[in-house]
Amino acid sequence: MNTADQYLKAIYLVQETEDGPASTGAVADALDVSPASANEMIGKLEERGLAEHEKYKGVSLTDEGILRAREALSNYCIIERFLANVLEVEEFRAEARSLEAVIDDTVAERLDTIIDRSSECPDCFDAETDACKYLAEVESENPAD
Amino acid sequence: MSVGQRVTSDHQLARLLQIGVVLEEVVEARSTQHHREMDGDVDAEIEALLRHAAEESADHRDRLEALIGELDAESVSYEEIEALVEAQYGKTKPEDFDGVLYDQLCNEETAYKFYDDLIEAIEGSDSSFSIDRDRVLDTLRGIRAEEEEGVEEVTAIMERR
Repeated sequence: MNTADQYLKAIYLVQETEDGPASTGAVADALDVSPASANEMIGKLEERGLAEHEKYKGVSLTDEGILRAREALSNYCIIERFLANVLEVEEFRAEARSLEAVIDDTVAERLDTIIDRSSECPDCFDAETDACKYLAEVESENPAD
Repeated sequence: MSVGQRVTSDHQLARLLQIGVVLEEVVEARSTQHHREMDGDVDAEIEALLRHAAEESADHRDRLEALIGELDAESVSYEEIEALVEAQYGKTKPEDFDGVLYDQLCNEETAYKFYDDLIEAIEGSDSSFSIDRDRVLDTLRGIRAEEEEGVEEVTAIMERR
């Protein structure tokens, strides 16, 4: 997943959580980057018509930005689900975060042919738990020893 | 969340190699399934392509597994991935020969992109691994070159038909 898509996904999730525009600080925190880096990338997303930034309020995604963010989120769900269900990785959240930059959309699509994903995806992704709600449910039913 | 393409640890490298193994196993299992589905109703050219794809994937898997073993990690069993492919195959199977060729093209292109990104991520990192970095890169570059040939091979067949 390229850097722009990682930003779109992060902005989308912050917007969902805050139910409004995402502050640059919150986006920077979500991506563990400096506010200056976040500002720079948000500027690029604005130039591409994917986001709109309003001073003192924050950044909001355009319809096109939302579409791409949702695709990126679906691919992220595939990576998490693949790690949790196929490779049985307990720390699937942390590993998905460390791998997402190296896993391209086409690779995620291929991995999707061996996992069982809800048709609701990515609406079932819960930003609070950083995982699909169904995946989090299974995890709480079968906690790691 | 980490922004940027880098491979920084043995653990991360082993995980990515495991993903490579799974992608190869998906190719192998899907090629075998396509072959089975066609049940004799397949022309020699596609049959040879599917057989070659399955053999090549098995060979790539062996080469990746050798590296994974040296990183003290475990590979992913073919039987497990084959069962998952079979379970989901009904939803994703191609409808005709063109679909089979397109699926093969996706397999080869996906694998090429994966190895290309992985090589770039290793080259972009100055971390050292417990196995020889050049050997990892040589292995991955060799596999990538074969995936590239695979893309060309399928494309040539698609253009002829």
